[in-house]
Amino acid sequence: MPKSADKFARFREASDQSLLVSFGETIEPELHANVVKLLRLLQAEPIEGIRNLHPAYSSLLIKFDPLQVDHAEVRTRVISYLARLGEAPLAAPREIEIPVCYGGEFGPDLDDVAAMHGITSEQAVELHCSARYIVYFFGFAPGFGYLGGLPSALATPRLETPRAKVPPGSVGIGGKQTGVYPLETPGGWRLIGRTPLTMFRRDESVERMNLLQIGDQVRFRPIAKEQFAEFVGDARGQ
Amino acid sequence: MKGILVQAPGLFTTVQDLGREGFGPMGVSASGAADAISLRIGNRLAGNAEGAAALEMTLVGGTFIFEQNAVIAVTGADFGTLLDQMTVPIWSSTQVKAGQTLALGSSSSGARSYLCVGGGIAVERFLGSASTHVLSGLGGFEGRALRKGDRLEIGAASSLPGKRTLSPQALERLRPRKVLRVTEGPQSDWFEDCAWAMLCGNTFRVSEQSNRMGIRLEGPRVPIDASREMITEGVSLGAIQVTPSGQPIILFVEQQTTGGYPKIANVISADLHSLGQLRPRDEVRFEQIEMREARALLREQEELLASEELIQE
Repeated sequence: MPKSADKFARFREASDQSLLVSFGETIEPELHANVVKLLRLLQAEPIEGIRNLHPAYSSLLIKFDPLQVDHAEVRTRVISYLARLGEAPLAAPREIEIPVCYGGEFGPDLDDVAAMHGITSEQAVELHCSARYIVYFFGFAPGFGYLGGLPSALATPRLETPRAKVPPGSVGIGGKQTGVYPLETPGGWRLIGRTPLTMFRRDESVERMNLLQIGDQVRFRPIAKEQFAEFVGDARGQ
Repeated sequence: MKGILVQAPGLFTTVQDLGREGFGPMGVSASGAADAISLRIGNRLAGNAEGAAALEMTLVGGTFIFEQNAVIAVTGADFGTLLDQMTVPIWSSTQVKAGQTLALGSSSSGARSYLCVGGGIAVERFLGSASTHVLSGLGGFEGRALRKGDRLEIGAASSLPGKRTLSPQALERLRPRKVLRVTEGPQSDWFEDCAWAMLCGNTFRVSEQSNRMGIRLEGPRVPIDASREMITEGVSLGAIQVTPSGQPIILFVEQQTTGGYPKIANVISADLHSLGQLRPRDEVRFEQIEMREARALLREQEELLASEELIQE
């Protein structure tokens, strides 16, 4: 355990209305666990004047109302929370399985990704499904989870020119990360498949809007094209 | 019929209010008016609460047929506004009668004009806000920019104000700036002194590629050690990130909640509304100030916005 809160967290004034709390400069589950604990504490016991929280791999950006509080006050309050990280109300990590129809029209870049690593498309799918991923944070677009844990044999640079439109449910690889595009947006990750699940459910309550939650463990399971259609039918029937 | 019929949408017109804060953990951008001060003042002129939903028009305004009586106020950049061929002053409230047509022209200076209507533009709120977030197609009117033939509903007006006008002194003090004041960013220490000299000693031009997500700047390259990699972190509104090629990009209202480029500086809160009035090819400069000065400038601005002399009745 760290000796004192300001030893293991670094504070940076990111702007005149935000403070960045950083636990390190690497992507590691232990650092991320601190981010989640601080996030959950701040959500459970909100500090007056704080307007938004932006968690990432190993840091949390705290946006505040500069007319109400300043950096020093926010920092002092956060340090008192850091001392209590062990009390953070953490839900047990859920295991979520995401069915994916790989390749073909749903995963137009699968063959390229496989070829870049000198493996077959089947091997690439097997590798992608072999890992257990952790949801680090959401960014880019609502419900777009950055999943860590991609086998290094699949790490692939982003497309040089992003696509103007990526269909919702598309599963992509961007560098060492993988993730599912929840909405039709532009996107530069290489698309290897598509899930019939709805990742961002705008008509649900706030708590249920994102299918995934920070800290969830995710596995991908290959399905056939026919099954994809059945899933979509099911989702409509719900 | 009631409400407003969009006869011509203009170049890019969306419903905006002051945005949706608090959903960063879900990856949801705050969005909101690009020039929040013009929106706030326009709403007050129209008899609304500051954060009511209004139309944000970009470079070219729209033409709107009112199907009910309403009080309106047009603020922000002056696009030239005609009500049935009669010129309507901006920064003032105007009575519109059912059947009249309000037509905005195009920008002579500044990028965004706001049409505020007494009662506000009534759209279904998404996560507590009426703001449109175009990238994700959420919020506002069907999550998109307006099109010809759209019909907008107007909320119930809480008061029917008499003629209201923004004080000329306040207008002068709130004029958008072309010299933007910045504080150090979270990766300031990644940049050599020469990078700061480059940022604050030169003129940059707003790129055509700019939008509500980001304002891209053209000009001298800001020297950066491109071999040094940073991991993605939360990003703040107005952050000036530098790409590996040395191009500065200012993150704006529809920004992503996280980003992976180092940020040399951040535009101060008191100058954020000026960003909303930047047009492609406009020239800007940067001036570095201390954090406490940035706070004082914001406080001063808010005092002006709260003062009784702001609006003349």
